[in-house]
Amino acid sequence: MKVTQLTVFLENRSGRLAEVADLLGAAGINIRGFSTTEAAEYGIVRLIVTDPDKARTLLHDAGFTTHFSQVICVRVPDEPGGLARVLDQVAAAGASIDYLYSISFQNICFAVRDIERAIELLAGKVTLLSDEEVRAL
Amino acid sequence: MSGPSPERLAPDDAGGLMWEPVAESLPTPQLAALQIERLRAMLENAYANVPFYRKKLDQAGLKPGDVSCHDDLAGLPFTTKIDLRDHYPFGMFARPRDQIVRVHASSGTTGNPTTVGYTRADIDTWGDLIARTLAAGGVKPGDLLQNAYGYGLFTGGLGLHFGAERLGCTVVPISGGNTERQLKVMRDFGATALSCTPSYAMYLGDAARDRGLRPEDLPIRVGFHGAEPWTNELRLQIEAGLGIDALDIYGLSEMGGPGVAFECLCKAGMHVNEDHYIAEIIDPETLRPLPEGEVGELVFTTLSREAQPLLRYRTRDLCSLTAAPCACGRTSARMSKPIGRSDDMLIIRGVNVFPSQIEEVLMSIPEIEPHYQIVVDRKGYLDVIEVWVEVGEDIFAETMGDLERFQRLVQAQIYNVLNIQAAVKLKEPKTIQRSEGKAVRVVDRRTAL
Repeated sequence: MKVTQLTVFLENRSGRLAEVADLLGAAGINIRGFSTTEAAEYGIVRLIVTDPDKARTLLHDAGFTTHFSQVICVRVPDEPGGLARVLDQVAAAGASIDYLYSISFQNICFAVRDIERAIELLAGKVTLLSDEEVRAL
Repeated sequence: MSGPSPERLAPDDAGGLMWEPVAESLPTPQLAALQIERLRAMLENAYANVPFYRKKLDQAGLKPGDVSCHDDLAGLPFTTKIDLRDHYPFGMFARPRDQIVRVHASSGTTGNPTTVGYTRADIDTWGDLIARTLAAGGVKPGDLLQNAYGYGLFTGGLGLHFGAERLGCTVVPISGGNTERQLKVMRDFGATALSCTPSYAMYLGDAARDRGLRPEDLPIRVGFHGAEPWTNELRLQIEAGLGIDALDIYGLSEMGGPGVAFECLCKAGMHVNEDHYIAEIIDPETLRPLPEGEVGELVFTTLSREAQPLLRYRTRDLCSLTAAPCACGRTSARMSKPIGRSDDMLIIRGVNVFPSQIEEVLMSIPEIEPHYQIVVDRKGYLDVIEVWVEVGEDIFAETMGDLERFQRLVQAQIYNVLNIQAAVKLKEPKTIQRSEGKAVRVVDRRTAL
């Protein structure tokens, strides 16, 4: 039950992540989950997509450095203690987690340098969620 | 050797002093005659004692006695840094090792450094040339020189040290670094003169200001700054920061170190010690001598060095020469500040670095793509060097830790080989500029200091 994950090397430049998403979107590839790492100058984007082979070829041809690896995906009950039960089992199996992120998302959260300005500019263009709306998801 | 004779230390006409007034103001025809006489003796020495030169002169069909005027110089063979490397360590010495009292070496090179040897007489001559340099800035017995040049294989530290002692002033061999101690010594010992790189002089001035020290709190009067290219704008800043006259000095280890040329208080070019070195400016492409005043590659021939005579050594520094009389009364030609290099050598914090050396390091790491760029910049007054490499699929693994390990590995390799701290920047593939012909490997963003 291994799942193929696609990782992409990205320099920290504005719009670079959007390019990856655009390329995949234009090719009809759906992103089922992703995570980014933070570092001053470059980062890694990890992707779970509907067609990994096609996605990799596409990104490679567009000049991105990519890598395939195998990860484990687990369903987590959406209730208090749901994540805890899964992690307890992982710990009991003696496995140590290198990194973890959630997939099959409808909402994302991210941090930017100037949050006020970003919110002002994004308003009306994307659906922004309030604190209350997020708690109620 | 005898100490200072009565002919030493006469005032010049610019507010400084001449350590050797007769030699420093020799009328031009006498200077030219002295140069030819010494050049013949130099060629005799080189021909008789250095197999490299015997072969070179034989191949050119020349004998030391064939030189009879200045124009004959243009027919003599050149010497390059490669020649020196090929004869590492002592193959260019014209004296047996038991007559060599000291050896210095060039900074920051892979493989073999270039070595320089001195006889007892060479050390004394060197001392005189540094004494001339210091005296031109008004330094005399009774002054206290804080010598913040690095001591060691580098010629700056010991060169200034022995010259200051020969002049008869008090020398404090503090060497480079440790700014707190520099400022404390400067104030507590009452240093009246300072020798260090121009960037460090600038840094000391800023550090003094940050600690509430005003220029008038420090008795220091004059500074001697070389080993790095610098501009007149930086001179004004150093002078304001420390309340001094900041003078440029020029030398290179192959010529024995500092003391080849120095500024008087007119600050209008560096007086070449022409009774000990013949300076020429050549076109680096055609290798032909250029007319006076034109910018070209500076070439030196030693006239008095016993241990290591060098014939028409190509410095790779680009500058011009003028023979116009100087208001200070010295008759020697003056060289302009070097404006660049005829090769691609970079000077990073006083360490000589060739891009090819960085390339060698990178190419020794198999995962690295053959595209890289070296970016040199300046933060504050300090040079910083970045090495950009592309992250190909051979390097790229799954975690940030792997990438960071790779970065550290490359940085460590560069440090091991070149002794410089370079920041390795990981770039996406195809983002480093390719060019049709010769790739642009070096981007130097430093504006002149």
